[in-house]
Amino acid sequence: MSVDPKPGPGPVFVERRTYRHRRLIDAARMLPVLGVALVCLPLLWISDTGTPTPTTYAMIYFFGLWVALVVAAALLTRHLRDDAATPQDGDRSGDPPGGS
Amino acid sequence: MPMLNLLVLVCLLYVALLFVVAFAADRAALRGQGTWLRSPIVYTLSLSIYCTAWTFYGAVGFAARSGLEFVTIYLGPTLVMLGWWWVLRKMVRVGRSQRITSIADLISSRYGKSNSLAVFVTLLAVVGTTPYIALQLQSVTLSLAAFAETGPATMPGVSHQPTALWLAVGLVIFTILFGTRNLDANERHHGVVMAIALEAVVKLFALLAVGVFVVWGLAGGVSQTLARIDASEIAEWNVSGSRWIGLTALSAAAFLCLPRMFQVMVVENENEDHLRTAAWAFPAYLMLMSLFVVPIAAVGLDLLPESTNPDLFVLNLPLSQGQEGLAILSFLGGFSSATSMVIVAAIALSTMVSNHVVMPIWLNMTGGSAVMSGDVRHVALLARRLSIAGIVLLGYFYFRISGGGTALAKIGLVSFAGVAQFLPALIGGLFWRGATRTGAMAGLFIGSLVWFYSLFLPSFGASTVLSDAIMADGLFGLGWLRPQALFGSEGMDPLVHAVMWSMLLNTGGFILFSLFSFPTPIERLQGAQFVNVYEHSPTTGGWTGGLAQTEDLLIMAQRIMGGSQAQTFFARAAERQGIGGYLPEPSPDFLQELERELSGSVGAAAAHAMVGQIVGGASVSVEDLMAVADETAQMMEYSSKLEAKSAELTRTARQLREANEKLTQLSHQKDAFLSQVSHELRTPMTSIRAFSEILRDGNALKPAESNKYASVIHDEAIRLTRLLDDLLDLSVLENGQVSLNVQSGALVDLLDRAVAAAGGSAEDLNIRRSRAEENILLSTDLDRLAQVFINLITNARKYCDAAKPSLTIDARVSGETLLVDFIDNGRGIPTDKQSVIFEKFSRLGETKAGGAGLGLAICREIMARLGGQVTYLPGQGGSAFRVSLPLSQRLAAQ
Repeated sequence: MSVDPKPGPGPVFVERRTYRHRRLIDAARMLPVLGVALVCLPLLWISDTGTPTPTTYAMIYFFGLWVALVVAAALLTRHLRDDAATPQDGDRSGDPPGGS
Repeated sequence: MPMLNLLVLVCLLYVALLFVVAFAADRAALRGQGTWLRSPIVYTLSLSIYCTAWTFYGAVGFAARSGLEFVTIYLGPTLVMLGWWWVLRKMVRVGRSQRITSIADLISSRYGKSNSLAVFVTLLAVVGTTPYIALQLQSVTLSLAAFAETGPATMPGVSHQPTALWLAVGLVIFTILFGTRNLDANERHHGVVMAIALEAVVKLFALLAVGVFVVWGLAGGVSQTLARIDASEIAEWNVSGSRWIGLTALSAAAFLCLPRMFQVMVVENENEDHLRTAAWAFPAYLMLMSLFVVPIAAVGLDLLPESTNPDLFVLNLPLSQGQEGLAILSFLGGFSSATSMVIVAAIALSTMVSNHVVMPIWLNMTGGSAVMSGDVRHVALLARRLSIAGIVLLGYFYFRISGGGTALAKIGLVSFAGVAQFLPALIGGLFWRGATRTGAMAGLFIGSLVWFYSLFLPSFGASTVLSDAIMADGLFGLGWLRPQALFGSEGMDPLVHAVMWSMLLNTGGFILFSLFSFPTPIERLQGAQFVNVYEHSPTTGGWTGGLAQTEDLLIMAQRIMGGSQAQTFFARAAERQGIGGYLPEPSPDFLQELERELSGSVGAAAAHAMVGQIVGGASVSVEDLMAVADETAQMMEYSSKLEAKSAELTRTARQLREANEKLTQLSHQKDAFLSQVSHELRTPMTSIRAFSEILRDGNALKPAESNKYASVIHDEAIRLTRLLDDLLDLSVLENGQVSLNVQSGALVDLLDRAVAAAGGSAEDLNIRRSRAEENILLSTDLDRLAQVFINLITNARKYCDAAKPSLTIDARVSGETLLVDFIDNGRGIPTDKQSVIFEKFSRLGETKAGGAGLGLAICREIMARLGGQVTYLPGQGGSAFRVSLPLSQRLAAQ
């Protein structure tokens, strides 16, 4: 998977705000990776212990994880939205194309 | 059976409400009102068609059978939504910039607008979706039957088939009404989306209501519910790792590839920014939908009799407790889930079928150009409507034939695995520029073949389509071709087995064939546009107007959009441009708007082609671009040739100008010389005539006087002769008729002779020499060389204008060449004259001594004959001439 292609090598040092914004995008990119890891994590419980895990435990784990992921995504996207409104946003054109 | 009657009444009222909502939303959108129609919340809710009746009823059944495993179906899409920055954002951007109308359109556009690929994707989508539609019909009939069973009078007349048929007909009507009401721009259906959003709220509310009732009404609180789960059959979370990962991945893939998901996610998307909200709101929605599934399943297993279909726990639990209102709400939830899925799936599939199958065939059959053929709008609408009816009825027939026996969740997963075959081509197309049409075709073909053989056909049940023999021993008795143990992979879960092999072979084929095939230019162009979509402008290359005939466009638009609508559209555009009437200027904006308007009716590619036909040369197909590139290359070559020619011409012109200047100068000199010669000839002639007259008439002259006059006449005659000799000499030299008299002698003697002949070193010219260095032996025509020396010395005497004129004669040998410089201390010769002093008749202005201006010309000619040259030597403080002569005696010709 490629990162967003930029025309030519960009500047090495960017404004603090732009830097922050890029790291936020990194976080948004990493969130599903973290999600995949955490979704598959309970599979380790099976092989480790001989006794099966109670469904209620697993339920609490998964719904807790779900809520955590939703909250994390909501926070990330809210900040992304705030930053995207500024003209400093070098990564994407922010403004959606004006369709009818 | 008042209960059933009440249910039907509520159901009809609900449907009426949906109609009203859809109608109002369409109206509002048409009037341009209702920005709330385009809010991110509506977008998020419309995504909820992922949760079909299979979710509403089936998830509980799934949970009752295999515990918590059902969450994988919702965790997959959750992960995809969380990763929106990776894939969905790009898909939506590509969809918007390329005016994509369906997933088939996306894949075909990416791979060079290949229609065969689009047809294949369409077919696979239809095959994959038909069972799913059957599933929805089945769920509604089953739930209706559940109500009928609980009624006081169990009516045997309420059989499944009529219910399903009426439902199918109703859905066809709704979909045709709101899905093809107007062939809208960008394929957006505000009415449908609004109705779906409402249904999304209803189904969530219904499921939450049942969940709350079960947890707090039946189980008596959260802790008791958990205790009940622990005590139930599904208390243990014993899941196989492969199924867990496989199902999560499969649902994630299907979420991206399902035609109906693509429809709401990409095609109906109003604003890319809505994804930001959906990224967290949709996972939250899925979480809420799943929250009460396990409690409902556990309590249902506990309370309901063994024979109850676990798929209907959501309905049967309230019914068994006498909660009829809640049961009706629950039924409406299931009904909503089923109908919204069928509506969107039918719209999505009908778009694909009509744009990629029916319209190309029809355009091909009518043969002519898009402009001249009949009412395209009529055909497009009809195709769309027939497709909708066909697809829904196909689902109905599938339901009839399959008999509705298998568990709901099973059909859903088979369908998921079918559409997941699009994934390699889709993701590869978005992220890998090297992906080719051949690769996509090969991957899709192999993958779908494996899916068909190992999952779809066996899903009909043992020994229905595939015989027991094939299932047990493989096709043609080949053990490695057993449908559920391909290549000897025995003991796997059939679903995981099919998904693994189909996706593995699909991806492998896709990559391998992509690597070894070569894409067409259009594919490469589209590939670059898709993969680097963020670099490209948000909208694809527009039209450059000006050439288009607006009237032709109007004629075509009327055929497609309908007369009044097209006229309104054109009139509005004209008004916006500040022009009256129906014919706006064909500005690029207008053309793009028109194309978008048309693309809703006949598909993006056809609309582009139609506008292109009329706009003509201004359209930008790849072939055109390549032709232009060729022409440009030719023109550049031609232009560089022209430049070279032009430079050559400039050079020649400069040379000509120089030559002309020289000629003009020479001409002036000749004129001057002629008058000079006339003057020179006239002066002696005058005195000769005068004195000869005196001699003739003067009888009284003294002998001394007559002697004096006679000598004057003589002198003048000599002068004339000299002048004529010079002219003759020059003429002889120039014609090369001179004969050289080669002798040997020392330079010092020659110079002595020349200085003496020119009048010697005297008061009026001080000649400085270093005689020691002049001791050089020469072998040449010494007389001629002396003539040159004499001429140069005489010139210095005549023209040097210094107060104390002096001439330095400097002789030396450089290599094999003798150099003799004659340098005086006068003003020298101006630069602009230096080039002409050796020409004949050249004289520098009015100097103190008169001369014919032949001396230097003669010198030059003599030196040329002797094999050397005489040049002007600039920068010596005065006039300086250099005589150079090769010492080795090599005379020029003759």
